[in-house]
Amino acid sequence: MTATHHILSVTVENKPGVLARVAGLFSRRGYNIASLAVAPTDDERFSRITIVLDAESAPIEQITKQLFKLIHVIKISELEPGRAVERELMLATVRAEPASRSQIIELVGVFEGKIIDVGAEALTVMLAGQPAKLDDFEDLLRGYGLVELQRTGRVALARLERNTPRLRAVKGKVG
Amino acid sequence: MKLTGAQALIKSLEMEKVDVMFGLPGGCILPAYDPLLDSTIRHILVRHEQGAGHMAEGYAHVTGRPGVAMVTSGPAATNLVTPLCDAYMDSVPMVAITGQVSRPAIGTDAFQECDTVGITRAVTKHNELVMDAQDIPRLVREAFHIATTGRPGPVLLDLPKDVLQEQMDWYWPDALDLPGYRPTIKGHPKMIKEAARLIGEARRPVLYVGGGVLKARAAEALRALVELTGIPVVTTLMARGAFPDSHDLCLGMPGMHGNFTAVTAMQHADLLVALGARFDDRVTGRVSTFAPDAKIIHVDVDPAELGKVRRPDVPIVGDCRSVIEELVEAVTVAGGAAVQADRTEWLATIRSWQAEYPLSYGDPDDGGPLKPQMVIESLRDACPDDTILASGVGQHQMWASQYWRFNHPYTWVNSGGLGTMGFAVPAAIGAKVGRPDRLVWAVDGDGCFQMTAQELVTASAERIPVKIAILNNAYLGMVRQWQEMFYGERYSEVYLSPDLPDYVKWAEAMGCAAFRVDTPSDVVPTIEKANQIDDRPVVIDFRTDSSEKVFPMVPAGASNDDVLTAPGQTPGTALRRQAGRS
Repeated sequence: MTATHHILSVTVENKPGVLARVAGLFSRRGYNIASLAVAPTDDERFSRITIVLDAESAPIEQITKQLFKLIHVIKISELEPGRAVERELMLATVRAEPASRSQIIELVGVFEGKIIDVGAEALTVMLAGQPAKLDDFEDLLRGYGLVELQRTGRVALARLERNTPRLRAVKGKVG
Repeated sequence: MKLTGAQALIKSLEMEKVDVMFGLPGGCILPAYDPLLDSTIRHILVRHEQGAGHMAEGYAHVTGRPGVAMVTSGPAATNLVTPLCDAYMDSVPMVAITGQVSRPAIGTDAFQECDTVGITRAVTKHNELVMDAQDIPRLVREAFHIATTGRPGPVLLDLPKDVLQEQMDWYWPDALDLPGYRPTIKGHPKMIKEAARLIGEARRPVLYVGGGVLKARAAEALRALVELTGIPVVTTLMARGAFPDSHDLCLGMPGMHGNFTAVTAMQHADLLVALGARFDDRVTGRVSTFAPDAKIIHVDVDPAELGKVRRPDVPIVGDCRSVIEELVEAVTVAGGAAVQADRTEWLATIRSWQAEYPLSYGDPDDGGPLKPQMVIESLRDACPDDTILASGVGQHQMWASQYWRFNHPYTWVNSGGLGTMGFAVPAAIGAKVGRPDRLVWAVDGDGCFQMTAQELVTASAERIPVKIAILNNAYLGMVRQWQEMFYGERYSEVYLSPDLPDYVKWAEAMGCAAFRVDTPSDVVPTIEKANQIDDRPVVIDFRTDSSEKVFPMVPAGASNDDVLTAPGQTPGTALRRQAGRS
């Protein structure tokens, strides 16, 4: 499989304005972000920003070097798509007329999603999984009439190598 | 010990050995100006905040110590944006302190509020909004550390008024905690060894020396490398003085207005050793045709520069001084001068270019207006070797770089990357403050002068005797040159008039001695008169020939093979082939 995207997992100091610094760098240097997810890590001093970039247009080496110049950036890992676990979360409100309601419920079951809200004429469903799976699910739901849809952008971590616990290394550097 | 935030700020600056700062007070920064009265720090009151920033830069350029500028919030902070960007582009160490509205008012569009940290994020190496007075000593210490280490640059601290007023417990941090900031200083030994091998083998090498060599205080190390290897040197606009122009192996400035030999030697080189240089478009011309046969050794403290424009064969991340010293060692270990490839032919070719295409301009005694190049040569010859020269941006800047003889590091103060018109006057003032023992001249254009001349009031009031030579050609000269050459002589909005303003009266009104020169025979006597004056600034209005153009020139976007030399010099293709390019 050829990679269509790059994933950067960026550990940053959990300080005000860090996201603006990262986003500003991308816009200033003309790089495009395909998706972006930010959340604190298990250590509250740090956050992880997962950035997905289009493989064709992004000069990944230059982006990484420029990012690393930001004082609040602690560590950057490029996660190769084949060697990373990637997940994304989607919430979707879909029209559910009585005639189609059971089909949608069945579809959610097949995709191992969840129904998280039920209205008179609509359902809100949730699905977490590989981004490609979310794409398929979204396509299928579209046929029933999407009212609203929100995806998180992907988050990713390096696949564990059975012998070397990589997460340790991150902590070792910052702690 | 309890201090106010403002007291802690000034004390922290003293702890960082700040001896002078440039600034202008206002509402939000007011608290910081009170403890300043009791401080050992000299404060220079500017007339415009942009001046404070450029003075801080000029000071930093000549001393190597970070320049400090302090201004208030809102419009004062935005007036500082240009010098911050200038310092960022030219890697000048600088610490800027801005006032901010009190914390409860932030985000409410309060009077003189602006998002200083947001606005300056893209033009600073780092910035911080200080939200707790207790953080002040730590953040000041970090700011100076970040500004002066690695690739130097400007750092800004934005201080809300109530943070300056609140109490804190004084401390001075004895260690820094910056987990995301660890510049690489030492070059990789394997890469150094490989570089030494390539240097030894190269038959047509050139050392491409950039501003990083000056920032790393590496001029001596560079000289040792040149003496050891016998490789010719080009010094970029940012590196003038890093290697003496008087040295046999100095080819001068490369680039768009570099001299023919420097440009052409790079084009024909089989090895470029880039030291603290960044392959700027003004040096490379069209990148795809730049130095096509050259292998590249690229040394820079900023890893992002390696491969940004041209992929190096040997990338070395590290401080230039440390890496050059390691290179000298590695070349010596490999056999030193004795094992360098035979470069007799290369040096002979270079000599032939130098003989054939020296810098030249028309007859200065042709009865017409003063030749600007002649004015610079006269100034150069009338001043001591270690005179500090500042310049603005445009034709006069290029002539200054071309015709001055820079034999010492830190004698050239100019705005390279950003190309900030108006840089010269305040930068010269900052330089003179940093090096009061030196003669400081600024060569300025009439367009540039009008942008920041008011700082001569500052210079007069503070008794900072800088000297300004205005090359008054009554035009925005560089734009005029482009319109003449590339827009069919259609001159659009470039005429400024030689008499409006009256530069002599204006300078006198600002407390300066002032002279006007319009005949060649008056040039030297007037310069000598100016050099005698040491109690106030001097301005000389040299009326120069507006039709003079800067040559050589590589037109924007053209290949460096197509350098246009001065009228009357036509580079023959036969000569260019001689260098043995395949």
